Amino acid sequence: MTEAIKRPRRKDPQKRTVLPTLPPTSRSRRALGFSVAAAEGRFVLQKCDDCEAVTYPPREACPKCLSMNLEWRDMPEGGKLIAETTIQTSTNVYFRERTPWRVGTIALDAGIPVLAHIHGDIAEGGRVRMIARTDKSGQGVLMALPEQETENMADDKQLRELTCDPKHRRALITDGRTQLGQAMAKALSAAGASTVFVGVAETWRPFAGADALAAIPNVEVIALDVTDTVSVNELASEIGGKVDILINTAEYVRAGGAMDRDGIVTARDEMEVNYFGPLRLIQAFGPGMRFRGADGVNSACAWVNLLSVYALSNWPAYGSTSASQAAAYSLSQCLRGEFHGSGVKVLNALFGPLEEDWRQHLPPPKVTPEGLAKAVVGALQQGLEELTVGAVADDFLTRWKQDPRVLARELTQPEGA
Amino acid sequence: MTKRDARVRQAYDGVVAAVPITIPYQRYSPEPAHWWIARALGELVRTAGITPQDIDGFCVSSFTLFPDTAVGLTQHLGLTPRWLDHIPMGGASGVVSLRRAARAVQCGDAEMVACVSGDANHVDSFRRMLSSFSRFAQDASYPYGSGGPNASFALMTDHYMKTTGAMREDFGKICVAQRDNALSFPHALMKKPLSLEQYISARPISDPIALFDCVMPCAGAEAFLVMSEDAAKNLDLPAVRVLSTIERHNAFPDDPIQIRGGWEMDRDEFWAMAGIAPDDVDLLETYDDYPVISMMQFEDLGFCKKGEGAEFVRGHDLTNGGSFPHNTSGGQLSVGQAGAAGGYLGLVEALRQVTGTALGRQVEGAKTAVVSGFGMINYDRGLCSGAAALAGPGA
Ligand SMILES: [Zn+2]
Repeated sequence: MTEAIKRPRRKDPQKRTVLPTLPPTSRSRRALGFSVAAAEGRFVLQKCDDCEAVTYPPREACPKCLSMNLEWRDMPEGGKLIAETTIQTSTNVYFRERTPWRVGTIALDAGIPVLAHIHGDIAEGGRVRMIARTDKSGQGVLMALPEQETENMADDKQLRELTCDPKHRRALITDGRTQLGQAMAKALSAAGASTVFVGVAETWRPFAGADALAAIPNVEVIALDVTDTVSVNELASEIGGKVDILINTAEYVRAGGAMDRDGIVTARDEMEVNYFGPLRLIQAFGPGMRFRGADGVNSACAWVNLLSVYALSNWPAYGSTSASQAAAYSLSQCLRGEFHGSGVKVLNALFGPLEEDWRQHLPPPKVTPEGLAKAVVGALQQGLEELTVGAVADDFLTRWKQDPRVLARELTQPEGA
Repeated sequence: MTKRDARVRQAYDGVVAAVPITIPYQRYSPEPAHWWIARALGELVRTAGITPQDIDGFCVSSFTLFPDTAVGLTQHLGLTPRWLDHIPMGGASGVVSLRRAARAVQCGDAEMVACVSGDANHVDSFRRMLSSFSRFAQDASYPYGSGGPNASFALMTDHYMKTTGAMREDFGKICVAQRDNALSFPHALMKKPLSLEQYISARPISDPIALFDCVMPCAGAEAFLVMSEDAAKNLDLPAVRVLSTIERHNAFPDDPIQIRGGWEMDRDEFWAMAGIAPDDVDLLETYDDYPVISMMQFEDLGFCKKGEGAEFVRGHDLTNGGSFPHNTSGGQLSVGQAGAAGGYLGLVEALRQVTGTALGRQVEGAKTAVVSGFGMINYDRGLCSGAAALAGPGA
């Protein structure tokens, strides 16, 4: 049984902040396929298309038949711990600061052995369930979990290094005027966040759900307008040092493409919220989070971008909004690069049509704000970096992965998307 | 695969190894690998009474020569060999260098081969070497705690103990006996006696491995010459015949965790070619970066049955004066691990023992020795294994 982690005390401002260090970052290019899947929470290994042999570590050719056709395939999660060690001394500074550290050899049900991080609740010789996640360096790693859920399982020291669990952490939701922002606040509070700051622009202007929002445990409503640099900077100077998870729920969505719109006023509003909004937030909150990536139980750990799946490929029916979302999506990659070294993960949650006023005329299936909030909190608890929410987004991503150019053709047909 | 035909490997007739050289190790040294190799080569030449120009074959093993290889060393050291080899096999380097050089001399491709291994040890070189040791280590073992070989051997040891019933005391007995052997060996870095109690209560490194299960990385060099029997006679050098050798890489790839090395695949041929049995061996030098792997070598070379290594250890005195002299200079566990030179240490020591020129305590009447090598934890197991049976002048 894992001991529950305690809520951290208020930080002594005199105390030095522990600087982030990283587990080993360097990987072969081939191994990045494993990291890509791990960022989505998928456990894949290379499998030979010709002889079906499963192989690991990542190879260029099949060691059974020398075929070059090795493909990353989802693997059965089961396995058995056949040898273990607790590392007490390490040459790497990150691990040195975190020893003792448990690793072991797992005989996978997939038929091969792997070296993996080992959860503290796994018994000697016990059955395990494998997960693949990105670690603080942003690279994929394997961890063995107990086959059955154990008490306080998520609080395991090694597992928590891979996740962005909101428990005992402080989150900032950037727009609480919307149903989505309110659903997100509720979900984070329920997940054990110690404080949920919820930004509201023009606080004097009433909005639906205001009272219910304020009544959610641990929620603090604060003034924030992502289109106003002064507002963003003022808030950062106030709470910038205690934002561990930032979830940007602000969005500006209008139907319509480019040709049939009159002028660029609406497009400018879209960019103000959807692109310059995150840019302002990154400049104001990014440096503080980057500095606090190893700051104990409530270290900064995640930046969440909520983006329409049409950020990946433009849907002309919402063509101009899609373009602003594409800009934000592109910026998220820049942010991931700039967060490298800090251990702070960037989670992109791509969702299909949301059940809300500005998408009222779109047909189902739609994503409810509650469903999206639940999925995002789940992804934080799991430590994911890539998430799609809703049947439309799942399908869209599948098609995008198959061939982004074919998808682009489809989207530009009259019955596209 | 068809069964190997009855063709018997050619014996190493007329070839000998001679002039065992050890350059005293240092825990840390600012000198580069080139310096250590040059010193060993110089000692070889002086001790043999030859000139550098007489060396027409050169074989090098080193982890820290980068960006050079054996090629760059020829110009650096002023050699003009007609046969050149670079053996990057870590703990199997000594045995493999010997068998390659022996064939070169036997076939006339070279007359006088200098086999040299040497490595630097700067303050940070161990960490750097681990992080870029191999692609598989980089992708799939170093990111898991960065425990290096300590963690790899801890997993092997944990598994071996669970499946065979070996106890820490059994591994301790190997380490304690080697320390005893090291006390008389002038170049050993560890010169304090070691008790079983100290072994058992030592600081844990990577459970079940503790401090005295691990070698100390250091700088140093080892070397020997391979030449014809006649050449050795002319130079009046005590010479050692090569009775048999084996080499194997990536043996038993489907074992989920390493429980044996390549020796098990080749040991029948090894003993048949040598024309001797395990009982005829006066001393054994195993590759001992951790005691568990020495125990596996006892088993896989046929000194005892699989899984009975611990019992074998319990039944023997492993010191130079004992019933089964093993790692007679103290091995890497007590002398230190000078990188690839660790793969030469046992061989060079065996050459001294069977020629009656031990620097430490001489094993009485030692004539026949077996040396085995093991190397390169590429990911989760050592890939290279090899062994050589050697006979001194009196054998
Ligand atoms: Zn294949």
